[in-house]
Amino acid sequence: MEERSIEMGIKNMKEKDFRDNETLESFKKTGQGILLTTINDVIDWGRSNSVWPLTFATSCCGIEMMAAGAPRHDFARFGIEVYRASPRQADLIVVAGTIVNKMAPVLKRLYDQMSEPKYVIAMGACAVSGGPFYYNCYHVVRGVDHVIPVDVYVPGCPPRPEALLYGVMQLQRKIKLATITDQNKIQKVK
Amino acid sequence: MDLEKLKERVLTLVPEAEFEENKQFLTFFIPAGKLHATAMRLKEDEDTAFDYLFCQSATDMGKYLMVVYHMESTKLGHAIVLKVKTEDRQNPAFDTVCDIWRTAEFHEREIFDLLGIRFNNHPDLRRLFLDENWVGYPLRKDYQDEVNIVEL
Amino acid sequence: MKEVIHTPVPSVEEEEYHINMGPQHPSTHGVLRLVVTLQGEIVKKLKPHCGYIHRGMEKMCEKDTYPQIIHLTDRMDYLSAHINNHAVCLLVENALQIEVPERVKYIRTIMDELCRIQSHQLWWASFGMDLGGLTCFFYGLRDREKILDIWEESTGARFLQSYYTPGGLMWDIHPDFQKHTKEFLKYFRKKIKDYEKILSGNVIFRERSRNIGLMTKEEAISYGVTGPSGRGSGFSCDVRKHHPYALYDKVEFKEILYQEGDTLARYMVRMDEMYESMHIIDQLIDNIPEGDFSAKMKAVIKLPAGEYYQRVESARGDLGLYCISDGNKTPYRLKFRTPSFSNLSVLDHISRDLKIADLVAIGGSLDLVIPDIDR
Repeated sequence: MEERSIEMGIKNMKEKDFRDNETLESFKKTGQGILLTTINDVIDWGRSNSVWPLTFATSCCGIEMMAAGAPRHDFARFGIEVYRASPRQADLIVVAGTIVNKMAPVLKRLYDQMSEPKYVIAMGACAVSGGPFYYNCYHVVRGVDHVIPVDVYVPGCPPRPEALLYGVMQLQRKIKLATITDQNKIQKVK
Repeated sequence: MDLEKLKERVLTLVPEAEFEENKQFLTFFIPAGKLHATAMRLKEDEDTAFDYLFCQSATDMGKYLMVVYHMESTKLGHAIVLKVKTEDRQNPAFDTVCDIWRTAEFHEREIFDLLGIRFNNHPDLRRLFLDENWVGYPLRKDYQDEVNIVEL
Repeated sequence: MKEVIHTPVPSVEEEEYHINMGPQHPSTHGVLRLVVTLQGEIVKKLKPHCGYIHRGMEKMCEKDTYPQIIHLTDRMDYLSAHINNHAVCLLVENALQIEVPERVKYIRTIMDELCRIQSHQLWWASFGMDLGGLTCFFYGLRDREKILDIWEESTGARFLQSYYTPGGLMWDIHPDFQKHTKEFLKYFRKKIKDYEKILSGNVIFRERSRNIGLMTKEEAISYGVTGPSGRGSGFSCDVRKHHPYALYDKVEFKEILYQEGDTLARYMVRMDEMYESMHIIDQLIDNIPEGDFSAKMKAVIKLPAGEYYQRVESARGDLGLYCISDGNKTPYRLKFRTPSFSNLSVLDHISRDLKIADLVAIGGSLDLVIPDIDR
């Protein structure tokens, strides 16, 4: 069963395999040679363990994001050491809060200004799908993936800080599976 | 000033005012032309002294558009509600009161944005929340928007 | 002794330029865009552009029933979520003339005051961080977590609980509520002395806030600035004193007023209000009577036709709900008179001829929550 799941790639992976480090390691056998594989490993380790987000919070989920950085659920232990105010210096944008029609072009511009590699976490029900403002509302974008591509979705209204930390851990695992040459392509073993 | 005297005072200032019964505050409908003068007198007179406008809102009542002013006196403690209405839905316009109470500047911009009611002599009347090129006034009851609104 | 030679500096033609403190900014506390006209470093004019979080709540309320509106008001000013819910519940209860049990009034008042303390803690944390003292952020949020623990035990959620319903509460409080609240009060009374040592007594903070952003009492009344920002200028506007609701006419507390009207006065009002809130909770926590946690309500709530106005004192000021009902289960029109909307309008006036660093301090002292402005 383990071999079959490796063949199908990350999409159809069983959850317990995704959590198992050895299965992850066996993903990385691409045949690129010993040298590149080691560099790949080091770079992925570095990138995933120090993701620095942009200060971006529109509404209530922003407070839970601040609480995730507070002493109780400190996320500096996961590598999110500081928030960067400038998009050029940030790796990650955590879209925390509702995005409305007036704010959508601003968000797109911020995302375009960030430099590669960049990741997006959609935090909260409003960013995932419009949330409580789905019906009868004339000004809300129903889901931030109408505007920018999203890597990890964290549902909840608002999600607990532990949920955001779990989302960040999933993002770290996703980064570890990326290649050095093309960040958007997850490796597939034939 | 007690409520009976206040009612008499307003009726002397504006004889055409219509008093509404059984409301939480003393409520009057006054004709739109007399709004600014009445509001100025109510603020400046020593024994009414309505210096705090705590809510200015507007509603589309179907047949007419109505603007409601809730005001209170910080020295004397009484409160009053003034209402004006217009049946003109194409170009509704009233006089501004932002030279009397500065808080009206933002409130009137919001009313213009969401209901389309203009205010004469306002220093800066433009949309507040929605984009400059948004078409339509959302809080009106006949606002249709198939693109944005998802009905339940 | 060497003579000091002063060479005259050629004067530079100073023209005005506009900068944008855009919607994404670390210190505007949300998505507020300020277009600031500067001459050198002096602010000449300021134009706020709102609407970047306008979710159209007033239009949504015309299609929602009254219990559903409670969930929306939670998200309007999320730091005084309980107090916003209280306003909707009082509107319905006063319109239908329902008497809630005493136990409910006690619990609601205690929860409201805990909400006020946690809102001021978060305000203190972000105000200190804006002025450069990052320690304030960690201290404020660490202590705020204790209140969130108390809430989570009784209501099930840390934040945005929607715990009140028209007629009472969703369910009863946890048996340990009184014990944990008393422990929190004992703990926080010690910690708030640390807050005073770090910021209130700090000479840098005092220089950055004394005589900055002066607002007279007449300006506060004319612009409609209420809450701690208005009380810092001597405008006595506490709704808990002037139009009491719940148990505020039965407890003894002072309304804090300062006359100077600068940033330091607005800061001191909030610090003193935290003490007063703790004093109110002290008077109530041991005397919660037994009883039901909710009055009997019909399944579908319909308000009789008419107009209703309800005022409560949220952590930011005078929150008003104006409801026009035509007898159905949804209101015909519901208008929220939010305190941050009026507080924002005075920002242009009081920051004329000050430096741009002072603008950050003034914006922090007015304690704006942007979804409260845009709804």
